[in-house]
Amino acid sequence: MDTAIIKHLAVTEQPEADVRPAVKWGYKHNGYFLLKILLTVSGFAAAIILNLTVPQKADVVFKEYILTLFGLNISLDINDAYIFLLGVLILIYGLSGVLAWRNKDKRKRYSKRAAFRFALGLALAFWDIGGTKFQFFAQPFFPGPAQIIEAYLADGEYIVQNTLYSLRLYAAGFSSGVILGVGTGILIGWFPKVYYWVFPVLKITGVVPAVAWMPFALTLLPNSFTAAVFLIVICAWFQIAFLTAQGIQSTPKQSYEAARVLGSSQLGLIFHVAIPHAMPDIFTGISTANAMAFTTLVMSEMLGQPGGLGYYINQSKVWSAYYKVLAAIVIMAVLFSLINHIIGLIQNRTLRWQKGVLKE
Amino acid sequence: MSSSIAINDVNRIYTDSDGVKVEALKDIDLDIRPGEFISIIGPSGCGKTTLLRLIAGLDKPQSGELSIDGKRITDVDPERGYVFQQGGLFPWLTVENNIAYGLKARKIYKQKKNDIGKYISMVGLEGFERSYPHQISGGMAQRVAIARALINEPKALLLDEPMGALDSFTRSDLQDKLLELWQQNKTTMILVTHDIDEAIYLSDRIVIMTPRPGRISQIIDVDLPRPRHRGAPDFLTMRRQILELFELAQANPQPEYVI
Repeated sequence: MDTAIIKHLAVTEQPEADVRPAVKWGYKHNGYFLLKILLTVSGFAAAIILNLTVPQKADVVFKEYILTLFGLNISLDINDAYIFLLGVLILIYGLSGVLAWRNKDKRKRYSKRAAFRFALGLALAFWDIGGTKFQFFAQPFFPGPAQIIEAYLADGEYIVQNTLYSLRLYAAGFSSGVILGVGTGILIGWFPKVYYWVFPVLKITGVVPAVAWMPFALTLLPNSFTAAVFLIVICAWFQIAFLTAQGIQSTPKQSYEAARVLGSSQLGLIFHVAIPHAMPDIFTGISTANAMAFTTLVMSEMLGQPGGLGYYINQSKVWSAYYKVLAAIVIMAVLFSLINHIIGLIQNRTLRWQKGVLKE
Repeated sequence: MSSSIAINDVNRIYTDSDGVKVEALKDIDLDIRPGEFISIIGPSGCGKTTLLRLIAGLDKPQSGELSIDGKRITDVDPERGYVFQQGGLFPWLTVENNIAYGLKARKIYKQKKNDIGKYISMVGLEGFERSYPHQISGGMAQRVAIARALINEPKALLLDEPMGALDSFTRSDLQDKLLELWQQNKTTMILVTHDIDEAIYLSDRIVIMTPRPGRISQIIDVDLPRPRHRGAPDFLTMRRQILELFELAQANPQPEYVI
C-alpha cells in the first residue's frame, strides 16, 4: 500500500487509542492473556507435580548421569532430567508469553496455542505415569519419557555423531538432487528434442522408489556413503526435474513475447522469464522430493550404512533398546521439521510475489 | 524520436487446425507518418491485432513488406514498443523491476537506471515501486506496461487494445495520460481498439478494417482541434459517420457485388 496512506492511518489512530473504552475480554486484554500464559505452563507444572507425588510402583532403575552444563558438572538421575526438561519447557513457554506481551499478533498466536500446549503437558504426565510409574504400557516397547531422556544422557555423543552423519548424507544427496533436477528440468522444458527423448524415461523411472536401486548402488559405487547419496539424488532428481519441466512448459507465450519486444535475448527468456515462471512448480517439486528424500535416507541407513539415525535405530533394535529407537525418532521429527521449515522460509521468500495471488 | 512505417501489399494467411485457410490480412497498404497517432478499429476478426503483430515483428507476412524508416522489419526490436491487451507484466517482478526489464535486457541498466524513477512518475505511479502486479489495479498495470515500453525510448509505440479491459473512468484517465505521453515523447503511436470514441479522441487518422478477409476499408482523417471534447458536436458527427460505415459494412457483407 501507499506509505503515505499508512502514515496517515497511523496518525489518525493515535488519539483514538487514548479515548478507547475498556479492552474487551480477549487476547488484547491483559488479564485474559496472563491467564493464557498460566494455562500454557500449568500443563507442564501439573506434569512435575504428578511426577513428584505419584509413587513409583514399577521396577525401574534410575541411573545417575553427569551432565556438563556451562562448565558445571551436574549429577542427576533420569527422573531429575525429566523434571529438568519440564522446567525448561515452563521457562521457554513462560518467557515467550512475556515476550509476546507487547505484540498483538504474537499475543493472538500464543493465545491460540495455549490449549494445545496445556494438553501437551497433560499428555507428558499421562505418559510418565503410564510408562515410568506404573508401566501400564507394553514394555520394553513404550518406555516413559524419563527413559528416552536416558538415551540422550547415555548415548549423547554417539547420537550427535549419527545425527551429523545423517545430515551430511542428506545435504550431499539432496542438494545435488536439486541442482540436477532443476538443471535437467530446464533442459527438458526448454528443448523439445530433449523433452522427446528424456521425458518418457524420466516418467517411467520416476515412479520406481529410489531404494529399489539399492543393490546396484551398493555394489557398483565405491563406498556406502556414495551409494546412499546416489539413492537420495535419484529420488530428488526425477521428482524435481518432472515439475521443473512442467513449470517451464506452462510459461504463457505472451510472457516470452513481452520479453522479446523489450529486447530480451534467448538466454534472457530462459533465465528471466521461464525459470521465474517455473519457480512455484520447482518448489512444489522440492517439497515433495524432500519428503521422499527423508524416507530414502532412513531406509538406506537401515540397510547398509556405517552411521546415521537409521543405523542407530537398527542397532538399538537388535538390543531391544526401544527407548533409544524412540529417542532417534524424536530427533528425526525435530530435525526433519526444521529442514521443512527452512525450505518453507526459502520458498516464501522466493515466491513472495505470489503472496495474496492464490487467495483471490 | 519518431519513425515512419510503410506497409506494402501485405498478406497474412492462417491455416486452422482443420486445414482451412483464413485470410487474416489481404492486400494491406498503409503509410504511417512520423509522430502520427493512428488508430486501427474494426470488428473482431478483422485482423487488426495481426497487423500490429506484423509491425512489431512478432509475426511475419506471407507476402508483401513492412518497413520502418525504410528498413525492412524482420524481427522484434526495442525501437518498436508493444503494449499487450492485458497482463503482459511479469508477475514475479515489482512495478519498478518490470519497468527496468528493458534496460536490463539490453544491458544498459547501469547507465540508465535513473530513468526508472522518471518513467514511474511520468505514468503517476510513485509509491507503488515495490508493489507486485497483482497488488495494483488493472489501470495501473497498463500504465506500468506503457512505462515499461517507453523506457526503451521507442520510435513507435504499438498498443493492442490496452484499455479494453478497463472500466470507463479508468479508461478515459488513461487516454489522457496516453495523449500527454505522446505529446511529451513525440513517438509514433499505433493503437488497436474497438472503441470508436477512443479512436476519435486520440487519433490523427483512423484506419477502419473489415473482416473476412481482413482488409482496410477506409482511412479517416480526424481534423478536430486538440484538446478534444467527447461531447462536442463535430466529435459526435464523426462518431455517427464511423458508425454508419460499420452498419453499411454489416448490411452489405460483400460490397463488391453491390451496384
